[in-house]
Amino acid sequence: MTALTDLSLTEARHLLRIGEISSRELTAACLARIEALEPDLNAFLYVSNRRALRQAERADRELARLRQDGDFGRKPLLGIPLAAKDVLSVEDMPCTCGSKILEGFVPPFTATAVKKLKDAGAIVIGKTNTDEFAMGSSTENSAYGVTHNPWDTRRVPGGSSGGSAAAVAAREVSAALGTDTGGSVRQPASFCGVTGLKPTYGRVSRYGLIAYGSSLDCVGVLARDAADTAAVFAVMQGRDPRDATSQDVPAAPIALETGGGLRGVRVGVPREYFIKGIQPQVEEKVRAAIGILQDLGAEIVEVSLPHTEYALPVYYLIAPAEASANLARFDGVRYGPRVSGEGMWDVFTRTRGEKFGAEVTRRIMLGTYALSAGYYDAYYGQAQKVRTLIRRDFEQAFAGVDVIACPVAPTTAFPIGAHGDDPLAMYLEDVFTLPANLAGVPGLAFPVGFDADGLPVGMQLMGRHFDEPTLLRVAHVYQQTTDWHRQKPNL
Amino acid sequence: MPLTLQEVEHIARLARLNLTDEEKSRYREQLSAILAHVAKLAERDTTDVPPMSAVFGGDSRLRPDRARKPLSPEDVLRNAPDAVEGQFRIPPVFE
Repeated sequence: MTALTDLSLTEARHLLRIGEISSRELTAACLARIEALEPDLNAFLYVSNRRALRQAERADRELARLRQDGDFGRKPLLGIPLAAKDVLSVEDMPCTCGSKILEGFVPPFTATAVKKLKDAGAIVIGKTNTDEFAMGSSTENSAYGVTHNPWDTRRVPGGSSGGSAAAVAAREVSAALGTDTGGSVRQPASFCGVTGLKPTYGRVSRYGLIAYGSSLDCVGVLARDAADTAAVFAVMQGRDPRDATSQDVPAAPIALETGGGLRGVRVGVPREYFIKGIQPQVEEKVRAAIGILQDLGAEIVEVSLPHTEYALPVYYLIAPAEASANLARFDGVRYGPRVSGEGMWDVFTRTRGEKFGAEVTRRIMLGTYALSAGYYDAYYGQAQKVRTLIRRDFEQAFAGVDVIACPVAPTTAFPIGAHGDDPLAMYLEDVFTLPANLAGVPGLAFPVGFDADGLPVGMQLMGRHFDEPTLLRVAHVYQQTTDWHRQKPNL
Repeated sequence: MPLTLQEVEHIARLARLNLTDEEKSRYREQLSAILAHVAKLAERDTTDVPPMSAVFGGDSRLRPDRARKPLSPEDVLRNAPDAVEGQFRIPPVFE
């Protein structure tokens, strides 16, 4: 029999329901694998051993009960161990956001996205590593050490949801929650060879997510394949009265049937995403995958997103501006450590100066500058206007196509330390993922091959607002005829 | 145009960040490089283009004004570095 940790979420769910395996043995297998691999990976910042096993035992009793009447519908994830990125609050688990400024913080409530998983029967077994406050593309900005890529531990897993991506790729859990403000689910999914969904802005509640860029932040899923991603996403989505930006849109049924292939699906290929600077092997694998979509019946159409080149400057004004406001709350008064000083001002500035890492400090300063008197119109105001143009690009493109296919990132996973202290070089890693956040559209990354070094290459699909079901179906149909998503790293 | 040291100090003060001299000079250099990159935005004519301040704007909704059970004072204060008698305690603001 396959090792329990090799089971996909969908496979494990089936075996749990028919009583072939127990949640306790599945959870114990995950915990054992975490214990064995963490010295090499550092994907987790916190693991809940005893509590997870207790919850698994409870899930087993409930599975036995539900097996009698056969109705698992209200508990679609019953007994499944999952992980959450450490920017999402989970009651009674420490939440650091990868930052020293929240060291020791234990939230008194649970994020809605996580609570929905728990209500569906899932067991949250731990919190995964992240770039500090989700700012970064490599997990190197975590104050608690870098996460290592399971495919080559000398390389980064991507970021900021690098811990979740590495944990899924290494089979420590079958799925994990991440967050995506500028590519932080999709890029690490691509670097680690897993499937990652950034939903439409507003599709998933952000209550309990510690905010970074409020007009951009989305809670997403990383999993083994599109079917598993869909299973978790289906549970998470929906309006939440506690998040005013969550949208009241009916949950679209996610139909993963493969009959008819991709006939009738129009796939747009944006010329601005195949540019100089992209690794030739990345382009080659993505183009080959687009060829497979065509073989499966899709119609391939060249499209243009002419304002793509402005996405990076727009993002690096808007996200830091919002971050500078959101992170003002960390001042050593209500939570986290306090650095003592003479009087209140001193406490504020010393606590913040000492406890924020370099990238967070940089973005707070950049955002503060962009919002400061005399510069607001030239920087933040202009960025908001160009953001409108980027959004219009997508509206025009989606008038003629159903999905847009392109690379996730210009490169495969780079070596730890490769970008040193060069923030701009790191920002360029996000050049293909930022536009979806700016326009608010959903994006899905999934593996479409490996480069000559054996590193995964990902492809990105972007869709219309609230059309995650089409993205998931296209990826699922692709995954029925390919096995890139079934490859596993040698650990 | 690169930021001056005085501008960096002004930003740090606005952002309530105590920085060392070494940090000030490093951030001055890095922020100047980033600002030079984002200056590209100025080249784009945005006359008559409205700013996009939210993905789904213009649909502010009201929820029923119903009382809900809030967090207990103990839960709220549990994470505070210094709390006393049901309150956060801070160093003196006025001497």
